[in-house]
Amino acid sequence: MLKINNLHASVDGKEILKGINLEIKAGEVHAIMGPNGSGKSTLASVIAGKEEFEVTEGEVILEGENLEDSAPEERAHKGVFLSFQYPVEIPGVSVTNFMKTAINESRKARGLEDMKANEMLKLIREKAEMLEIDRKFLSRSLNEGFSGGEKKRNEIFQMAMLEPKLAILDETDSGLDIDALRIVANGVNKLKSKDNAVLLITHYQRLLDYIVPDFVHVLHNGRIVKSGGKELALELEEKGYDWLKNEVTV
Amino acid sequence: MAYTEEELKKELETKEYEYGFYTDIESETFPIGLNEEIVIAISKKKEEPEWMTLWRLESFKIWKEMTEPEWANVHYTKPDFQAISYYSAPKKADPNKTLDDVDPQLLEMYKKLGISVDEQKKLQNVAVDIVMDSVSVATTFKKTLSEKGIIFCSISEAIKEHPELVKKYIGSVVPQKDNYYAALNSAVFSDGSFCYIPKGVRCPMELSTYFRINQAGTGQFERTLLIADEGSYVSYLEGCTAPSRDENQLHAAVVELIALDDAEIKYSTVQNWFPGGKDGKGGVYNFVTKRGICEKNAKISWTQVETGSAVTWKYPSCILKGDNSIGEFYSIAVTNNYQQADTGTKMIHLGKNTRSTIISKGISAGKSQNSYRGLVQIASRADNARNFSQCDSLLMGNECGAHTFPYIEVKNKSAQIEHEATTSKIGEDQLFYCNQRGIPTEKAIALIVNGFSKEVLNKLPMEFAVEAQKLLEISLEGSVG
Repeated sequence: MLKINNLHASVDGKEILKGINLEIKAGEVHAIMGPNGSGKSTLASVIAGKEEFEVTEGEVILEGENLEDSAPEERAHKGVFLSFQYPVEIPGVSVTNFMKTAINESRKARGLEDMKANEMLKLIREKAEMLEIDRKFLSRSLNEGFSGGEKKRNEIFQMAMLEPKLAILDETDSGLDIDALRIVANGVNKLKSKDNAVLLITHYQRLLDYIVPDFVHVLHNGRIVKSGGKELALELEEKGYDWLKNEVTV
Repeated sequence: MAYTEEELKKELETKEYEYGFYTDIESETFPIGLNEEIVIAISKKKEEPEWMTLWRLESFKIWKEMTEPEWANVHYTKPDFQAISYYSAPKKADPNKTLDDVDPQLLEMYKKLGISVDEQKKLQNVAVDIVMDSVSVATTFKKTLSEKGIIFCSISEAIKEHPELVKKYIGSVVPQKDNYYAALNSAVFSDGSFCYIPKGVRCPMELSTYFRINQAGTGQFERTLLIADEGSYVSYLEGCTAPSRDENQLHAAVVELIALDDAEIKYSTVQNWFPGGKDGKGGVYNFVTKRGICEKNAKISWTQVETGSAVTWKYPSCILKGDNSIGEFYSIAVTNNYQQADTGTKMIHLGKNTRSTIISKGISAGKSQNSYRGLVQIASRADNARNFSQCDSLLMGNECGAHTFPYIEVKNKSAQIEHEATTSKIGEDQLFYCNQRGIPTEKAIALIVNGFSKEVLNKLPMEFAVEAQKLLEISLEGSVG
């Protein structure tokens, strides 16, 4: 599904990613953990194609295709979805209208007609129910005045609507209380299939109690310094990151 | 606000909008230039009574003495008023024709505009009086309206059929000497709409007029007169699209609204005259005078979506003469490329307990300049007058400009005036967020702009709101590199 080879990326001349190697197969869930400033969010943005970051070396390959020349929207059309750590507000644009636009643009890119209103209505109803989202919520301006939890739930709602191949969840658990976390995690688990993959970016292992990863990677100073199974997350929870830092230096 | 199933469905529907075409229709055009003979010829052509001819001549005399105003924040080559032809009418126009007799080319054009008359007859609750190249060519719904005593016809017809009304009210809100373009319009106006709503009558449908400029080098001078008698209500829609042209076209319209005691007028405009090319060449000069007067407890509401014209100079205003009268102005003005807009409103509070609201949304892109100019005036005897003004500007790129010129003149201590203004720029983060969801940048901008303009778009009647949204999108195409 996703293959990252020796990826280097910098912003304003400062190198943040210093040679990332990662392979994610269809049906897998990977978690990337690491301390603040280790490059987790940068990795997510670079996969999504944010132009602010310059890829200086290496490549990102999605289903055999190098994404180098793909604009962010083209990557989205190919099935990359990023749940933002800090979703932006768009005043006056309802969640429904935003989703309608997003879905129809993706369809257009695939040469399909706009989705029929009643079909879209059905889809919205189904996904909103799954994530226990109130209908009222859908008429509100996108992220405007949303609580932290509402913003994150809205991100997962969008993911559910767009049905991506690769979903990157950047700190989706931050700002969620335990009930909201459970609902969001449930949603992600329901959306998981043998044909798609999930990349979780998180600080804490809490989320991983609900969404169980097949692999855990520790990112430190722009490199993956350790990979393992889900038990690695527990070990990190217990010992913190310092022992790894030491291990690397040694 | 919770969604009903219907609302949700409506939002999910999509409509397409097309524009920019030119229909080749034979027309009868006057020689270029302007003098007394031309003024008389226009009047004669329209078989006007003598008082009207004299009124035009008086206006012409006033105009000759005036000079073109220069105070607006716009720069352009002044039109050569002697190089314009002042009258052009589609040749085959005949008021006695039925729709079946209308030039098929015309009907085709209406279809392109999305206003296929026969379809609207059946489906829409909208009466359409279509003004094309100065002469009304088709009027529908007349019968339904006349049963209620509503008069809705071309101004030329009104001059002949209802001289007492026209004579009483024409020039009563916008006098001939009001300004340079108003004087010019008074002298040479070619046609326009007339509407009278009798006492206590609620007009059962939205009245709509579509204007088009469709003749090279022909100035268009529309004259609209709308009278809402005591306790009546009317909603009037005016929409404009113009096909592409290389040379500047002058458009100097005058609209006068009269809302008598307890009457309400809602006047909505979607303006999409040719804005000129990407290089700033061509485009329509839109110098319009729109003003309404409110008697006791009356209300006038102006809503405008201005996306077109190379140069816009337009201030739909309200004279709140009667006690407890209300004036409203909701505006979206979009400028792109080299467009210039200087637009806003005047709220003149004369009566007691008068209220006014101004919501202005300016969107500038490219190398354009967008100015809001507004006057709130509270006269000394206007006790307890209130005004709320909000002016928001949205900028795209680094080469455009947004300007706000609010003027406030208060001569009564009991007045309450609020003014809010914001300026924002479309953020990279917003665009990346949209991109990440598969929405290309241009579409993302349209989405953000529509959201920014929503408060005003919501004031438009439904069928117009959809068209207006599409228009915003089309107007901002190519605004990001």
